Amino acid sequence: MKQLKENIRSSFSRVPLLGWLFGALIAVWLEHLAGDPLAAALGLPKIPVLFGCVIMLKKPVLIPAAVIYVLLIYALPVAAVARLSASFANRLAARMLNLPIFFSVAIHLGLLYAVLHMWSEMSAYRVITLKLTLIAVMLTLSLNIINGYMGEFSCSHPGFMALGAYAASAFTVALFVEDKLFGQALLPSALGPFMFPLALIAGGMVAALGALAIAIPSFRTRGDYLAIISLAFMFIVKSMIENLEVVGGPRGLSSQPDWANLPTVFGWTVACVWIINNFVRSTLGKALNAVRDEETAANAMTVDTRRTKIIAFLFAAFWAGVAGGLFAHVLRYVNPATFGIQKLAEVLAMVYFGGLNSVYGSIVGAVSLSLLGEALRPLEILKWLIIPLLLILVMIFRPTGLVAFKEFNVKNLVKPRQRRKE
Amino acid sequence: MAFFFQNLVNALQWGSFYALIALGYSMVYGVLMLFNFAHGDIFMVGAYIGFGVASGLVALTSTGAVALPNWSILMLTIIVSMFLTAFVGMIVERIGYRPLRDAPRASAAITGLMIGIILETGNLALLGARRVRFPSLIESTTYNIGGVFVTNKKIMIVVVSLLLMFALNQFVRRTKWGMAMRAMAFDYVVVPLMGVSTNTIAALTFALGSALAAAAGILFGLAYPVLDPYMGIVFGWKAFVAAILGGRGSILGATLAGFLLGFIEIFVAMIFPSTLRDLIAYSIILLILTFKPHGFFGEPYSARLRL
Repeated sequence: MKQLKENIRSSFSRVPLLGWLFGALIAVWLEHLAGDPLAAALGLPKIPVLFGCVIMLKKPVLIPAAVIYVLLIYALPVAAVARLSASFANRLAARMLNLPIFFSVAIHLGLLYAVLHMWSEMSAYRVITLKLTLIAVMLTLSLNIINGYMGEFSCSHPGFMALGAYAASAFTVALFVEDKLFGQALLPSALGPFMFPLALIAGGMVAALGALAIAIPSFRTRGDYLAIISLAFMFIVKSMIENLEVVGGPRGLSSQPDWANLPTVFGWTVACVWIINNFVRSTLGKALNAVRDEETAANAMTVDTRRTKIIAFLFAAFWAGVAGGLFAHVLRYVNPATFGIQKLAEVLAMVYFGGLNSVYGSIVGAVSLSLLGEALRPLEILKWLIIPLLLILVMIFRPTGLVAFKEFNVKNLVKPRQRRKE
Repeated sequence: MAFFFQNLVNALQWGSFYALIALGYSMVYGVLMLFNFAHGDIFMVGAYIGFGVASGLVALTSTGAVALPNWSILMLTIIVSMFLTAFVGMIVERIGYRPLRDAPRASAAITGLMIGIILETGNLALLGARRVRFPSLIESTTYNIGGVFVTNKKIMIVVVSLLLMFALNQFVRRTKWGMAMRAMAFDYVVVPLMGVSTNTIAALTFALGSALAAAAGILFGLAYPVLDPYMGIVFGWKAFVAAILGGRGSILGATLAGFLLGFIEIFVAMIFPSTLRDLIAYSIILLILTFKPHGFFGEPYSARLRL
């Protein structure tokens, strides 16, 4: 048995990322072809939307059918294709590695997008889950800059998100949509999708501007000062929006144009991961780590600690604002109550679950908690017992999170794999 | 003028809830340098335990098994629930904070947050989504003092909270336990070497804070008799801000900041539309913290004390 396990592991150890992507592509293609008939043949009401988790919890009778479905459609094809295409994928990956790294990364991302697109095409529920998961990745990553790389405790992310969401929504709704709050559309709506990035950037800028209001007073001293100031800031933003009748007050703002489609959200997420990954590996990012570990020493080593902290804080707030803008356009409705304590608990949980000081960790934390939250939905109230318990266990056994302090090395990720030496 | 004094009385009552809850935050923060984000929900648990004890005693009296006057039911309720909630606080410390003594402080804050969610959800799962009504234990009598209407409940709430705060102050200042707590707040590293058990003191700190939160919960239940599982969130976070405003580990500071927050909220609602309450209250706090970053009575400290 142990030998078998070892054999399986060693034979899969030489499958590169490219091979897994091929496998996933084949699997989702298979689902397109045979998903509905297979689901009908197995007695499932429709194709299991989230790898069968939801249906298994809803109707335990259907567990075998759902497991067979997942095995036949996902697990077996992915494993088979990945293993069979391994040598080809390895050669291809090695060939691409000789070209500029950008080329190889673009191919991988294209394949990943194709997989996600085909997977989500099967139901509207998958699309919205996927979009919200990608936005959660952006949020978590940006909070990780402050709480992980900078080592402070910031509670203001929902506030930044709200600023971004409202600024971007006001931009698009006022300019391109006829609406009872802002009146006539000022520009033709055909121009809209091209201006959408501008709206998101504007949202990010507004969030960064708000962050400046926290950063200036709070980075004079160290310690838990930021936690309180940022918490107060979050409540102030929420309360301010509730009192601003221009953007709908407590009723919220709706009728955002439907421009945040999957390619847009995916593109922004990739840009966010790429830019933040470069940021934390830059001189500034290293200075940030130095400030976290020992501020006095960093200061002695010519790091301008206050400037470093302020820049990183504004940078994180910018991305939170962009994520907020996307969030508003995905749901096409925002109200201030969304950006409260619950959102804060959610984002903090994702950051600390995934792991501090790590891009990997943020992706793992955001994706796993978002999907877990969706998968456990049938349990209703129990869901909010299971997820906190899980998080407490993670905190007790791995206090800095699942994959903390790990560098996200793209080159390592896309390179061909060698068979492991025994 | 009567209008002003009327609001002053209301603010005193409102502020005593904040002050009682803020004390729990402030002590944990002072002694262990940790944020106990579960504290708002311990307040909620305290209110529910008080509700359970009070309804049990009322039912017992009405069957005629024991004859207890209402005021003694109230006294018993407060004492019993304070003890029970102190145990809840100690359990929270045991599960959420003790395993994380050597972990980064933020991780402990996250477990606190999660325990808070578990307490809310557990309550919701056990008792269902309906709101419960706190039994009215004392007859409400209104006194008219020169145009200002004061109920006996309000007087009792303010007096009981002040008494509890005074008792806590005496405990921390005069007893050996209190001395150990103050020493722990002063130096986290050396005090365990002097033979003071960190675990005992941590548990004691949580127990004291939780007992005060339970008292706040029962007094809240007397004044506003409708309880729901999420009542601790708003109160908890506001009291948390008040605790920090008071200064690290300062009992007087937390009390004053709690009352100050109550005053700000009531008087803002008096002058402006009440939707602006949070906005103005938090802006004032932000302003104070900008000029006094360590709160009213906090001393500058190094965050490296315990990282």
